[in-house]
Amino acid sequence: MKQFVSQNNRSGDQPDLPQPPRWAQRLLCWYCRPDLLEDLQGDLNEYFDRNLETKGARRARLIYCLDVLKFVRPYTIRKPDFLNFFIHWIMIGSYLKTSRRSLVRNKLFSFINIFGLAVSMSVGLLVICLISDFLSYDDFQLKKDRTYRIITSYQNLDQPAVELASTSVKVGRKIRETIAGVEELTILRNGFSGDAHVGEMIVPFDAYWADNSFFKVFSFPLLKGDPATALKEPYSLVLTEKTAKKLFGQADPMGKFIQFDSLNYTVTGVAKDVPKLSHFRFEALVSFATADALLAKKDPNFYSWENVWQNYVYMVLPETSDPESLQRSLDKLNTQENATIKNRTFTVALQPLKEAALGRKLENSIGPTMMPIVIWILGGLAFVIILSACFNYTNLSIARSLRRSREVGIRKIIGAMKSHVLGQFMAESVIIALLALVFSFALFLFLRTQFLALDPHIGDLVSLDLSLRIILYFLVFAMVVGLAAGFLPALFFSRINALQVIKDVSTVKVFHRVSMRKALIVIQYTFSLIFIATTLIGYNQYRSFLSFDLGFSTENILNIRVQGNKGNVLAKELSEISAVRDISQSLMITSLGSMHGTNMKYTDPRDSAMVWLNLVDEHYLPVHNHKLVAGKNFTLRPKKGEESEIIVNEQVLKRFNIAKRDPEKALGKVVTVDGNKLTIVGVLKDFHYGTVEKKIEPVMFRYSSDEPWGYLNVKIASTDLPATMASIENVWRKVDKVHPLDAKFYDDQIEQAYSQFSVMVKVIGFIAFLAICIASLGLFGMVVFTTETRLKEISIRKVLGATEGGLVFLLSKGFLGLLLIASLVALPATYFFFDKVVLTNFAYHQPIGLGELIMGVVIVMFLAFLLIGSQTVKAARNNPAKVLKSE
Amino acid sequence: MKGSNLGEFEELVLLTIAALVNDAYSVAVCDELEKHTGRATKLGVVHAVLNRLEEKGLVKSHLGDATKARGGKRKRYYEVTHAGKVALTNAKDVRESLWRIIPGFNLEGSL
Repeated sequence: MKQFVSQNNRSGDQPDLPQPPRWAQRLLCWYCRPDLLEDLQGDLNEYFDRNLETKGARRARLIYCLDVLKFVRPYTIRKPDFLNFFIHWIMIGSYLKTSRRSLVRNKLFSFINIFGLAVSMSVGLLVICLISDFLSYDDFQLKKDRTYRIITSYQNLDQPAVELASTSVKVGRKIRETIAGVEELTILRNGFSGDAHVGEMIVPFDAYWADNSFFKVFSFPLLKGDPATALKEPYSLVLTEKTAKKLFGQADPMGKFIQFDSLNYTVTGVAKDVPKLSHFRFEALVSFATADALLAKKDPNFYSWENVWQNYVYMVLPETSDPESLQRSLDKLNTQENATIKNRTFTVALQPLKEAALGRKLENSIGPTMMPIVIWILGGLAFVIILSACFNYTNLSIARSLRRSREVGIRKIIGAMKSHVLGQFMAESVIIALLALVFSFALFLFLRTQFLALDPHIGDLVSLDLSLRIILYFLVFAMVVGLAAGFLPALFFSRINALQVIKDVSTVKVFHRVSMRKALIVIQYTFSLIFIATTLIGYNQYRSFLSFDLGFSTENILNIRVQGNKGNVLAKELSEISAVRDISQSLMITSLGSMHGTNMKYTDPRDSAMVWLNLVDEHYLPVHNHKLVAGKNFTLRPKKGEESEIIVNEQVLKRFNIAKRDPEKALGKVVTVDGNKLTIVGVLKDFHYGTVEKKIEPVMFRYSSDEPWGYLNVKIASTDLPATMASIENVWRKVDKVHPLDAKFYDDQIEQAYSQFSVMVKVIGFIAFLAICIASLGLFGMVVFTTETRLKEISIRKVLGATEGGLVFLLSKGFLGLLLIASLVALPATYFFFDKVVLTNFAYHQPIGLGELIMGVVIVMFLAFLLIGSQTVKAARNNPAKVLKSE
Repeated sequence: MKGSNLGEFEELVLLTIAALVNDAYSVAVCDELEKHTGRATKLGVVHAVLNRLEEKGLVKSHLGDATKARGGKRKRYYEVTHAGKVALTNAKDVRESLWRIIPGFNLEGSL
């Protein structure tokens, strides 16, 4: 203390002269050995005064700062003060005792602090768990750091590039044959799907094709079988433990046969079940030699450079190798191969395995992927909430400082130094944070189940299991929160002047910090308002997506996956159910986000464009209430490959400028699709083939009444839905005994397609709820404190004739002003954020309603009113005689 | 205790302290050195050397009285100890004995 006083009055008698920068003076005091300090300060001052005359104030200050920094030398640096540490250690017992007493004495404030911290920290714990899960994806792979995969960027002429996680078989083979410096390489292919016949049993079965190096690249241990040869021969299979149990029960599956489509496959290995945190999950693997034997024969394009949709190439590089040089070889391969194809390019690149699970979103991804931005956003939200709770702590602690400053004064007089007081209050806040951790852990356990249940996708992505490491993170996290929350109050207490406090408590300049505390309240409320406005806007937009006019009707349509059966047979059986009005067939369900497309040409043979496609039968348009601008429904009923009719939407006319975009005249014009000459028989009014985020693009409907892998669209008019569903289920069982019925209502499917938004709204809504709770608690604490300290003033005002209403206004106007500032900041910020950033990503959306924004303010304001009002009214109603008498 | 060998700059500082008699504190030493050698002398360097000399026991120091100058900070005055004087004379002797064995030294030959 003494040092500071003398130093701050450096030339006390000449107050006008410029002074060296204060921070530099403090830095010097802090690091310099006490026995050298005074002389050094004097020297620097002397130089400063000299420079002041010769070089001016600014240069002099600069030189002073530089000199202070230059004097940081081994011989000037203060040795750590072990005695101090020792004193801290002895005093811990005393700190604990006084902290406990003060916690118990101020139950309301303690509750606000601990509850607020606990609630906010539980969100923090969840985020820590999430992040740790994502970072430990694929950690069981022994060569994780050296494993890479090939990803492909597919660019069609003048269309944006499509980034794929998949690639061609050719790339894998080329690398294996021509590029040196790859330790191991394996090629995978997805899409092995069929019914497994084991004895009498028939089980649906999905698998990946994988070549013999699979177990050299990946660390999936084999329980039975030889990893070196298990996937070598054609028609060999590796099952996971779970699949093996499903197919063979307790019997040893090794060497047993499984039949698919009259071909026998031999089980050559049993792998351990794939861990949950793996970016690539499989139930079974079929040797790639099988694909060579079966698929390559049928498909001449199987090994082509352009066949990039289903294959995955993974490789392990040697420890010393340089991925850059491998990428250069790949670049060469790219130019070489792309030279042979026209109008489009397929560019392959390396991607580290680390980025497979936590990296950018790629199409055809082999397993779960999470974009880092999501983690950042979640972390940011948690941070804001925790910050808000820390603000409460800071605010209330400083506000209450009047009551504890005496204790600090006594401590200082007995001999505590600044650092001791600082340590005491930091320790106290850490203790409170650890206490809060206990509660927040319980909250976290509850929150975790809620979070995992939010969306089935999340439960699939992460497990959020606890481990020793995670618990350790939690503890560290709680301590950091405690230190952050307690830093400002501790600093404040440590600066208290002991003598003044003991003489007269009211000299403590608590109200010096009023502006800072006001700022903290404004920040808290700004965030609360932003969150709640975001929630309301998000929810409204989400509702509008669900009820969006797609251009056709989805009401009461039940979509049933045909799953390889005869669609016509099924349709005939279903049509006998009384509640079924109409049935159509289609290849896919539109407006859910999935796309099928192929190239279309009009008169100019060089001008082809990708047009989205659905294969439908003649019932499809009436069932879905599609509107035709011109022409009519399909008239012919051609078999596969004999079709001659096509129905297009208005965008197709626009794209190819058919008949000058006149729908009536476009009828009868011929377009070429996949080599077939098709006559336009109808022009559809534009509708949403994709989700409403996407602009409406050219779409065509082609005829097909036989799509075994498509859907039946069943229009239902039923008063007794469960009974209808039961009879549909019965019909399905008659037709297909192996696969369970997969039927979903169109409206539910749309809701599912937008489920990510519903998850987002729920998460942000929850955060908004927490933010408001915490901010309200803080505000409540401040109001209680202010009214308590102003009780005497209120009583005197009352005695002098002030009305209750006037007093309430007097007490609450300050707080209301703060809320007003907060809403003036928050609302425009939210509006612009949505208008300029978020909603620009949606081609079709509702405008932001002013009502939503105002609604948010009203909710928050109402709560705040309630809090402020309850306390101020209580204070204003006090009997002034009682208050004044007690003094 | 480090060796009592003197570096060139240490010797200069020590000599300056001796020359300044009762007024030898860091800034004065610095100024005096600058005046005599004509080189810019950094305070930091002088300070470090003073510290080292004191560690070696060649000088001792005491704090003076507070004045209004220097922002009220006291000066640390240095004086040469007996060991310091011995070290200085030793250094001088070494030089002189070397000078004595140089035959017919004059500046003209090197110009």
